[in-house]
Amino acid sequence: MEKSIIEVENLTRIFGKINAVNNISFNVRKGEVFAFLGPNGAGKTTTIKMLTTLLHPTSGKLLVNGFDPLHHQSDVRNSFGIVFQDPSLDEELTAYENMEFHGVFYHLEKKLMKERIPNLLKYVELYDRKDDMVKTFSGGMKRRLEIARALLHHPKILFLDEPTLGLDPQTRNRLWEYVSKLNKEEKMTVFLTTHYMEEADKISDRIAIIDHGKIIKLGTSKELKKQTKSKTLEEAFLKLTGHTIRDESASSIDRLRTQGKIWMGKGK
Amino acid sequence: MGAIYVMWIRQLKKYWRSKPRMLGSLAQPVLFLVALGFGFGPIYEKAGGGNYINFLAPGIIAMSILFTAMFNGIELIWDRQFGFLKETLVAPVSRLNIMLGRTLGGATVATIQGFVVFLICLLVGFRPFNIIFSPLAFLFMFLIAILFTALGTSIASKLSDMQAFPLIMNFLIMPIFFLSGALFPLNGLPKGIEIAAKINPLSYGVDGLRYTLSGMSHFNIFLDFGVVFAIAGLITAIGSYLFSKIQV
Repeated sequence: MEKSIIEVENLTRIFGKINAVNNISFNVRKGEVFAFLGPNGAGKTTTIKMLTTLLHPTSGKLLVNGFDPLHHQSDVRNSFGIVFQDPSLDEELTAYENMEFHGVFYHLEKKLMKERIPNLLKYVELYDRKDDMVKTFSGGMKRRLEIARALLHHPKILFLDEPTLGLDPQTRNRLWEYVSKLNKEEKMTVFLTTHYMEEADKISDRIAIIDHGKIIKLGTSKELKKQTKSKTLEEAFLKLTGHTIRDESASSIDRLRTQGKIWMGKGK
Repeated sequence: MGAIYVMWIRQLKKYWRSKPRMLGSLAQPVLFLVALGFGFGPIYEKAGGGNYINFLAPGIIAMSILFTAMFNGIELIWDRQFGFLKETLVAPVSRLNIMLGRTLGGATVATIQGFVVFLICLLVGFRPFNIIFSPLAFLFMFLIAILFTALGTSIASKLSDMQAFPLIMNFLIMPIFFLSGALFPLNGLPKGIEIAAKINPLSYGVDGLRYTLSGMSHFNIFLDFGVVFAIAGLITAIGSYLFSKIQV
């Protein structure tokens, strides 16, 4: 077996009475594309937050690129790039400034930034718009910029938390093309979550199905389909997680965001 | 160092790019200066206080800094809302530096705002008693700005509610402003108000500004400096601690 780049052992996170992540264990191998699939509120984002030092686990062991996110935060943070579920750009800055600030946060030298930023912006086809404010960008453009930004410091692991949410098929395809290419050419490990089963099926080496904070099944898409006697991954997914619709309680941040949209007249 | 600089320059850029915000936040101090300055001027003079504009101007400068600085906290709430906060939280830089950059940036903006109000005061007829003291006055402006930016940001780091923030701010800003001696001399006040003014850090800021700009003072300039400096440091430390504990 190849070496693991992410190791998770008996990871648990409890919010009040809710067991968001319940005693899960898994490994992600170096250079693979690993997908986390699960209904809303299954614990995907919570797991990513713990892996990326944003949230402390209630209990359990974590290793990211050989470092413990609790005690070696900077080493862990240097190891990964992330595209969050919700946008994390500064909309009142230009695309170039967003990239530049990221470079400074990751201690890149000026010379290196001048070389990499234009290249990455060209790669995601935003170079012409580099001096425009991000608030004038469409959802797809923002996503592409976030991916370019996440790659700026050449991370070993790329976390993608529902990166294609709300994007049109064209942009979604392009995005997965980029990711695939990076994975193959740069040997970058990719850890992703998505609700689009076909996408996960196409791009992932291995898939973990998570529900109610527990990993129900882990394997290649083929194995999952075979074990559940399903034709498609979606069928397998539904067989494993049931057909009930999940309610995800809106966090204060979600409410805030809605409010902000009303305030700023960005009714999207 | 880089992170401090980036967080600092970011706020200056945003400030510079939003001219309406810049102008809008000048309206209130100008109104206070003109209405109170000319309204109460004659009575103040009759009571033997001298030129009221000269007395009032440092108070109004302090007020504009107080308001701008405290409301800097809302930047943190915006960042939380629009996600940039997360970008800074996963970056391999110490949160202390992020917070310091944020506080310095906000404080610089508030100081610039104070300086603009200072220029407006000159237009209205305010005359500093001694030009040599002016650099000291700017030092005081900056310290006041640091203190209240840190306070606003500390409160914001514990809040995620957009509506609550302005309410809490007004609840705090108004008493801090009115009970600071910005509008009236602190001599011969009823005991309760005197005590409130004495425990109010802005009183020392206003007093220091008034000494360096108008040559009048209630406390001692060294006490003014010591109190504002110490409290600014303390609240910045508290703010950094609170910020470092943020989980999203």
